[in-house]
Amino acid sequence: MFAAQTTKKIDAIEFGLLSPDDVRKMSVAQIVVADTYDEDGYPIESGIMDPRLGVIDPGQRCRTCGNRVGNCPGHFGHIELARPVMHAGYAKVIHKVLRAVCRECSRILLTDEEIEYYTGLFKKYPGIGQKTANLSKEILKRCAKVKICPHCSEEQLKLKLEKPTSIYEVGEAGSVRLTPIDVRARLENVTDDDYRLLGINPEAARLEWAILTVLAVPPVTVRPSITLESGVRSEDDLSHKLIDIIRINQRLRENLDAGAPQLIVEDLWSLLEYHTTTYHDNGVSGIPPARHRSGRALRTLAQRLKGKEGRFRSNLSGKRVDFSARTVISPDPNLSMNEVGVPEQIAKILSIPQRVTEWNIEEMKELVIRGPDRHPGSNYLIRTDGRRVDLRFVKDRSIIADTIEPGFIVERHLDSGDIVLFNRQPSLHRMSIMAHEVRVMPYRTFRLSLFVCPPYNADFDGDEMNLHVPQSEEARAEARVLMRVQEQILSPRFGGPIIGALQDYISAAFLLTRKSTLFTETRVNQLLATAGYAGELPKPAILSPVKLWTGKQIFSMFIPEGLSLSFKANICRKCKTCKIEDCENDAYVVIRDGELLFGVVDEKAFGAGEADSLFHRIIKEKGPTIARQFMDSVGRLLVRLITDRGFTMGLDDVTLPREAQQRIRVILVEAEQKVEQLIETYKRAELDANPGQTLLETLEQRIQATLAEARDSAGEVAGEHLGLENAAVIMAQTGARGSRLNLSQMAAVVGQQSVRGGRISRGYMGRTLPHFERGDLGARARGFVTSSYKSGLDPIEYWFHAAGGREGLVDTAVRTSTSGYMQRRLMTALQDLKVESDGTVRTAPGRIVQFRFGDDGVDPSKSDHGRSVNIDIAIEKILGKSRAK
Amino acid sequence: MSKSTVDKHMEKRFGKMKEERRLPPRVLEELQEKVKNLELTKREFDLICDDVIESYERSLVEPGEAVGTVAAQSIGEPGTQMTLRTFHYAGVAELSVTQGLPRLIEIVDARNNPSTPTMEIHLDSKLANERSEAREIARNIEMVLVESVASNFSIDLIRQAIDVRLDPELMADKGLTVEEVTESIREKIKGKADVQAEGNTVSLYPASEELTDLQRMNEKIREIRVKGIDDVNHVVIRKETDGYVLYTEGSNLQDALEIEGVNPHRLFTNNLREIYEVLGIEATRNAIIQEAINVLSEQGMDVDVRHIILVADMMTADGAIRQIGRHGISGSKNSALARAAFEVTIKHLLGAGIAGTRDPLRGITENVILGQLIPLGTGSIDLLMSPQGRTKTK
Repeated sequence: MFAAQTTKKIDAIEFGLLSPDDVRKMSVAQIVVADTYDEDGYPIESGIMDPRLGVIDPGQRCRTCGNRVGNCPGHFGHIELARPVMHAGYAKVIHKVLRAVCRECSRILLTDEEIEYYTGLFKKYPGIGQKTANLSKEILKRCAKVKICPHCSEEQLKLKLEKPTSIYEVGEAGSVRLTPIDVRARLENVTDDDYRLLGINPEAARLEWAILTVLAVPPVTVRPSITLESGVRSEDDLSHKLIDIIRINQRLRENLDAGAPQLIVEDLWSLLEYHTTTYHDNGVSGIPPARHRSGRALRTLAQRLKGKEGRFRSNLSGKRVDFSARTVISPDPNLSMNEVGVPEQIAKILSIPQRVTEWNIEEMKELVIRGPDRHPGSNYLIRTDGRRVDLRFVKDRSIIADTIEPGFIVERHLDSGDIVLFNRQPSLHRMSIMAHEVRVMPYRTFRLSLFVCPPYNADFDGDEMNLHVPQSEEARAEARVLMRVQEQILSPRFGGPIIGALQDYISAAFLLTRKSTLFTETRVNQLLATAGYAGELPKPAILSPVKLWTGKQIFSMFIPEGLSLSFKANICRKCKTCKIEDCENDAYVVIRDGELLFGVVDEKAFGAGEADSLFHRIIKEKGPTIARQFMDSVGRLLVRLITDRGFTMGLDDVTLPREAQQRIRVILVEAEQKVEQLIETYKRAELDANPGQTLLETLEQRIQATLAEARDSAGEVAGEHLGLENAAVIMAQTGARGSRLNLSQMAAVVGQQSVRGGRISRGYMGRTLPHFERGDLGARARGFVTSSYKSGLDPIEYWFHAAGGREGLVDTAVRTSTSGYMQRRLMTALQDLKVESDGTVRTAPGRIVQFRFGDDGVDPSKSDHGRSVNIDIAIEKILGKSRAK
Repeated sequence: MSKSTVDKHMEKRFGKMKEERRLPPRVLEELQEKVKNLELTKREFDLICDDVIESYERSLVEPGEAVGTVAAQSIGEPGTQMTLRTFHYAGVAELSVTQGLPRLIEIVDARNNPSTPTMEIHLDSKLANERSEAREIARNIEMVLVESVASNFSIDLIRQAIDVRLDPELMADKGLTVEEVTESIREKIKGKADVQAEGNTVSLYPASEELTDLQRMNEKIREIRVKGIDDVNHVVIRKETDGYVLYTEGSNLQDALEIEGVNPHRLFTNNLREIYEVLGIEATRNAIIQEAINVLSEQGMDVDVRHIILVADMMTADGAIRQIGRHGISGSKNSALARAAFEVTIKHLLGAGIAGTRDPLRGITENVILGQLIPLGTGSIDLLMSPQGRTKTK
């Protein structure tokens, strides 16, 4: 409606060089004075800040175009260089070309036949999809070897490039430096056709233009000076460099006019070269970078473009936008996964342009009357003539509201139900930006459902997120249809749900669905009311003495009808022979026609990133809307359940009885003795080496195995005493949080600390700490922690633990940067690929990479965990239907 | 309805489906397999086939889909969760193989030399279960240097000779005789010295009598290969379900293929360049896919193969391996703006200037830079409608 109306589109961009005439033509002023402002603070005429170059001070008008600050784009000036200077960036090309042309007649060093042959190829290549650039490379190489010009029979001399900008001709008598004037003279005589063969397009750029005779001076808007608080003006780095150039240029000119000795002229000339080179690129190797008075290297033209903070990556590939907000996030279990809670303060600033029509005119009037300060109000009014009224400064808004007629546009406040984009950095995959529906709420944080934490990888330890408001109808439609959270449940990475339950939801589901859970009628009603259930209650599982419902019954009420599947739950012990429905742990889940018959619901059933789960089946068979509703209502129910019941873990949960602690001690002491024995055998040289390993490696491996075994059996002892009533065990078993290992580290023994993949071995000469003897290879001396987290670590153990922990931190830091770079490279390499209407995958210029995407043309996000069709389900569906009849 | 008519009908329908090619062969096979054992009526069978075809066609990619971006994200995102530890023992405890993120980077970089080259060698089916044969082949593969069977090198100044004392135990272990060692030294030295064997000692009498030459030769003969193939430093034999398998440290595909007793159809290396040089680009493509899948699944990352296939196809579409990065795919893009926005900005801009390049703005980066709609997804469709034209037809 507003933004997407593209009237003009740039079709192509041509690159080229500016000829000296071009520079003079576009220049509005010749710059000759190496100074900025006079004593009164006015810019000096023909100086570096000449008023004709544009305006940077508010209130002034541009002398060239008459516009004020924001509207004047700035205008170029020019400097006439007293002597030509080579552009450092093109020195290499110039050197190559000079070697390929005759020093006398400037013709290309190819015979006429060769020229004809290559011209033929040049015509043929684009047609067969070859790059002519490679031909030019070949020609340059070939010409460099030619000794005698085939056109004028002049003998060719060797040319040497001395970085950055000097070219020497090496003759028998010694080497002579070619001045830029000499070089330019040679290049000027090269014909257009010869240039073409050498890979230079003479229509866009003749190489002699890279030998500068006149320098363009960028407008002041490109290099604005800033006024410090003290009133002192501080000039931009580019201006500093331009001042240097002009100063030397003027000196050179004066000396030339005065007929100064050759030596002085040459000195000044090379100084001018230095300044122009650093003006273009202050990072050229071989010359010291130009510095600011403070010693900081100047940021000149190349530096402005280059790198992560350069123009390209930071201003052109990524842009700052309006209609966006950022704040801290916090959880709200009562929100739907499709929603986002937006603070009212933010909703009052972000706006949506809405056109006034006959049908909404009353509403719009009301919004305008409410104005910018009361929430569902509006900030601006745009009249049919395009005039924009800022409602903040309107005295009586009801008057202006009366003038509203269809065709006006009201920029109204963001309100509940609007669609917005929500994003958390780093945006590693497409689920990092999803569309949510707004819920305007009090307080100052964005609120989000916990189900969307996994795709955003968000937690609430201070994370901030961004919000963007699409402004056009097309953008909103696309956001709603393609980007809404429920449409993104299935990840294209593996074709399974990336959104799902986590942590307490899983613990609660387990508590709800295990066999022992029964509820009275009031309790059932409470729970179902929170979940928003509005149907009939099923028959209670126990009728007397009181009516009781099982947790499985309650959970079943939310599973869509007609859904049947079975799988093993996360608490499955992986027994050798599975007893299926008779599992004593209730770990085999059976759902028949939407009814949870056996098994407990845990991570495997509806956890985030869990493929082939109950949640996955719901979304595949019933669609995203049903799946979202399932998750939202079950989520609310589970939160209510676990809030009422209470779920906590404390020291009690990791405290073992004295007898168990004793057994663990024994296990550890025995292990340590075993290690000592191993070391003894090693020292007596009686140890047999494993094939392909040295003795020491063998010993190390055996010790590690012994200690790992001890840790495991200690963990098992702990496990025996921590039953399924233990909250920590519930969390570990169901997959809600933590692992068996974490548990045994807390209750039994922390175990081996490692650095660089092995036992800790570095620190002092031959020992890890001065508390040990040199060469001690024992368990404790190499970082085996026998304490548990509960009992506490002794100082030596603490030290080893910190060493291992530090490595983990370093590892994470390094990993994020390396994997980030890998992803950036993958992204730039693959981003142009798209599926065409004929099903082929092609690059931007249209080259075919695949005839069918992934060899079968299936979209992974629409696949069923990688399979294009789930045949079992297709059969089940048809048979279920026809057999039922 | 008799069973045979249903069977006939099924056969006919499958034949037709094969011809129509509306289903990929894998799916068709699976369908055939699963339907076979069910007692189906004609109607049920037809309904199932229709349903399968329909759900297959429903799962196809839509035109305009940004498959490249999705593939890059799907491989890049798990990268943040992978271990950075370079060494991990995979299968064989004695061999360390680069894994995780470093290996994945190695694959997309298309490095010339992986940091831990290794081969997996299966034996001819006839020999696969013979331990002695396996050991014999392993000996033929493992590179043995003079150094590794010698117990002592010495220079005898009086005789102007170099004495190499060979260790009989080590020799027996490698299955070597003194004659063999002498012969290979003689071959390598090529008349620069007279080589003679006496007991367990090989003596060299160099032609030149300079002491420095003597010392230089003393160093040189240590490095002479007496057995095995180049670059394979170590071989481990493992018994697997279908016989003995050899794992090597170091890789040399070309030479390994020529060893007798090796099954050339089941010979793997993790050195992509070698595969490219020996077996060609198609094999390389498959190897890239296989290696990447292995790395990701080893780390427990669930990534759809199609993404990996796309990366492999992009890397090999030219007929040569191209790296993902500035020396490969990104560096050979058509648009100067896209190249400049990636890395080495200045070089690309200056180059575009002198060559007078014309950028047709077909890619993503270029259009982002210009603030235009990108040609992907919903942006890849151009629709022009003339309101006047529409009223006329009415």
